[in-house]
Amino acid sequence: MRDDLYMVWLVARRELRDQFRDWRILTPLLILTLSFPLLMNVVAKQAVAYINQYGANLIVDRLVPFSVLIIGFFPITISLVVALESFVGEKERGTIEPLLSSPMENWQLYFGKLLVGIFTPLLAGYISIIFYVIIVSRQHLNMPEPSVFVQLFMLTTAHAILMVSAAMLISVQSTTVRAANLLASFIVVPVAILMQGESALLFWGNNQVLWLAVVAVIVMAALLMRVGISHFQREYLLGREFDTLNLRWVWKTFWARFKGDAKTVGSWYHFEIWATLRQLAIPFVIMIVMAVAGYLASYQWAMANVPAMLSHATAGDISDFVKSAGQSAGFAQQGVHLSALFIFANNVRSTLLAFLGGIVSFSVLGMLAYLVNVGFVGGLLGLVQLMGYSPTLLFVAGLLPHGIFEIPAQIISGALILRIGAVLVTPQLGKSMGQMALELLADWAKVFIGLVIPLLAVAALIEAYVTPMILTAVLK
Amino acid sequence: MIETCDLSKQFNDFWAVDGVTISVKPGQILALLGQNGAGKTTTVRMLNSLLIPTRGWARVAGYDVFRDGNKVRASVGVLTEQHGLYMRMTGDEYLEFFGQVYRLDSKTRKSRRDYLLDYFGIAGAASHRIGEYSKGMRQKLALARALMHEPPVLLLDEPTSAMDPESARLVRDEIARLKSSQRTIVICTHNLFEAEVLADMIAIIYKGRILMIGTLDELKQKVLGTAEYEALFSSDWREESLNLPSGVTLTEQGASSLRFKVERPLEANPLLMHELMSKHTSLMTFQEVPRSLEQVYLKVMADAQALHGEALHA
Repeated sequence: MRDDLYMVWLVARRELRDQFRDWRILTPLLILTLSFPLLMNVVAKQAVAYINQYGANLIVDRLVPFSVLIIGFFPITISLVVALESFVGEKERGTIEPLLSSPMENWQLYFGKLLVGIFTPLLAGYISIIFYVIIVSRQHLNMPEPSVFVQLFMLTTAHAILMVSAAMLISVQSTTVRAANLLASFIVVPVAILMQGESALLFWGNNQVLWLAVVAVIVMAALLMRVGISHFQREYLLGREFDTLNLRWVWKTFWARFKGDAKTVGSWYHFEIWATLRQLAIPFVIMIVMAVAGYLASYQWAMANVPAMLSHATAGDISDFVKSAGQSAGFAQQGVHLSALFIFANNVRSTLLAFLGGIVSFSVLGMLAYLVNVGFVGGLLGLVQLMGYSPTLLFVAGLLPHGIFEIPAQIISGALILRIGAVLVTPQLGKSMGQMALELLADWAKVFIGLVIPLLAVAALIEAYVTPMILTAVLK
Repeated sequence: MIETCDLSKQFNDFWAVDGVTISVKPGQILALLGQNGAGKTTTVRMLNSLLIPTRGWARVAGYDVFRDGNKVRASVGVLTEQHGLYMRMTGDEYLEFFGQVYRLDSKTRKSRRDYLLDYFGIAGAASHRIGEYSKGMRQKLALARALMHEPPVLLLDEPTSAMDPESARLVRDEIARLKSSQRTIVICTHNLFEAEVLADMIAIIYKGRILMIGTLDELKQKVLGTAEYEALFSSDWREESLNLPSGVTLTEQGASSLRFKVERPLEANPLLMHELMSKHTSLMTFQEVPRSLEQVYLKVMADAQALHGEALHA
């Protein structure tokens, strides 16, 4: 193991040495790293003075944690270029082949480069932060607690790991440095948005939630690393010479997977859909386990916490809450008639959004959406129990009639998203990432069009025209 | 030892290598000849386990290129088409780095480094940045990298390109020395003289397929036909009837020279020379009419292109 790790260090050391011999990398990095804290200090003071002109009572001290977060972020974005060109740059310079021809393992090469990619931005980020803290500490401001600084350093580290992991993934998959640099916006923009949320948490002063953000960002970075190493293929780095958008190939690959060998719609259902569903067996079981666990957890939570919450609520509040929770959980509403088309469009939209969230987060957001839905059901039934009604009766009369179709549709849809994430983080020998993504998309489209949409359509019709009648009859 | 069977590689709809079957034993050199894009580099990359074959198999130094990629790469020294040198490193650092990558101990690294830098005449520039090296020096350093771990198999892409004649000779001598120490060597080259001098076997590749493979003599025989020999006399040839051995035919007659096609030179040439000397005492030289690899290569390529409906210079 020590020898294996030494190989990682060998790759990293060579790259570091190369970098620190290049004044074109060092000079701008040094200037920006040191000038940005100075600039931030001036801007923060000016901003506070400007806002206070209009009667606000903002003091510079409140801005220090936020400034630290921003100051750590900027040098990372600048030095991201090191990670972005780690593989594709070597490919362009023609130095990659001797390295790939060596007996080093893929992970050793990958992590060696990752180490350098993370080290440089972090070093720049830390220097910037320390420099800023020194400047601020000389201005007799109330400094944040040391635990806040620890958290800010952790957040900066997590951002660096996340951004560099994504940059490495881009570097392996790109065929030119130019393309890699263009794709960098897909890293910087989402992280900048994420930082807006973190900044809100900083001003709100909710440290616990910020720790969760640190963990979430690190989990995301770990997933990105896993995807990067899974799809790192020596062949891919040498096999393609330039980026070309081959729409014909894209369509051919998608259609071949979508249609399969089927000649008729019947055989498509019989063979292709069934074959894809078989691949979903394990995700399907996981989704059911998650549903049961999510339901029980939210039910228990409602039983334990809602009474205290209800003690301060008015009758109107409770009624509004039950209504909105019921709607979110997919229960039919007594006295509220929604058209089947509206219900269908709503369900399709939420399924599509969960899918989109799933593909950009390796299933995480998709699973989260699924758990939230399940949680609403559990929570609402707990609430109903607390109000003295029978949760079983409500479930059978208000959810089950259309749920027979809607619940399987949601579980299948969730299983599809889960499989996409699982396949993305698993090595696929002999397949490029593009080919794999197209095949996953075709599998998803196949089941979504062939099964999920018809199930949701039937569920919407029942929910609009049958469930309300049953619910009314039962409640009477 | 290198063995391949039906080795093929497809990129999308394009077959870069199609059904290559070769066998190179230790102590043998195979020269791969072909146009740019014929599939030589792809073949070498598959032999080095960098590309996964679409079809067929290959074993290099006893290891399967598909299953034992790292063992294959540890047994192979590669000189790539692009030298792949890190310009900000010194020559010394560069060899040290690859010595470590190939897990050589520090004593071996130092002795190999010193030997190779000295042998290729770049010891004086060992502490200079590679960016300052001339083209030829870079080529030598890249070759030194390929030889650093003394691999049993060498895959060399254009080993003497960009070198001055003196350096090229030095490299050829080193390749010959490596061959004599039972290394298995594959050279991709456009330098036909180099192939002629070094190779035991020559393979001509066209559009991913091996058109012809064999020793130089076999290729000449196959492509250019039976060998021709010329007898030169110090005075004019007197018209005399010759009793030619079987398999020998007179093809041309000059004032003081004769040309013969000889099917089995080893058996027929001594008899023929004896006959010539018995008829004409002033026989000055008797030698094979030179037929170069270039002639063979150009003929093979012309035939292949004609077959594909292409003009030679299209």
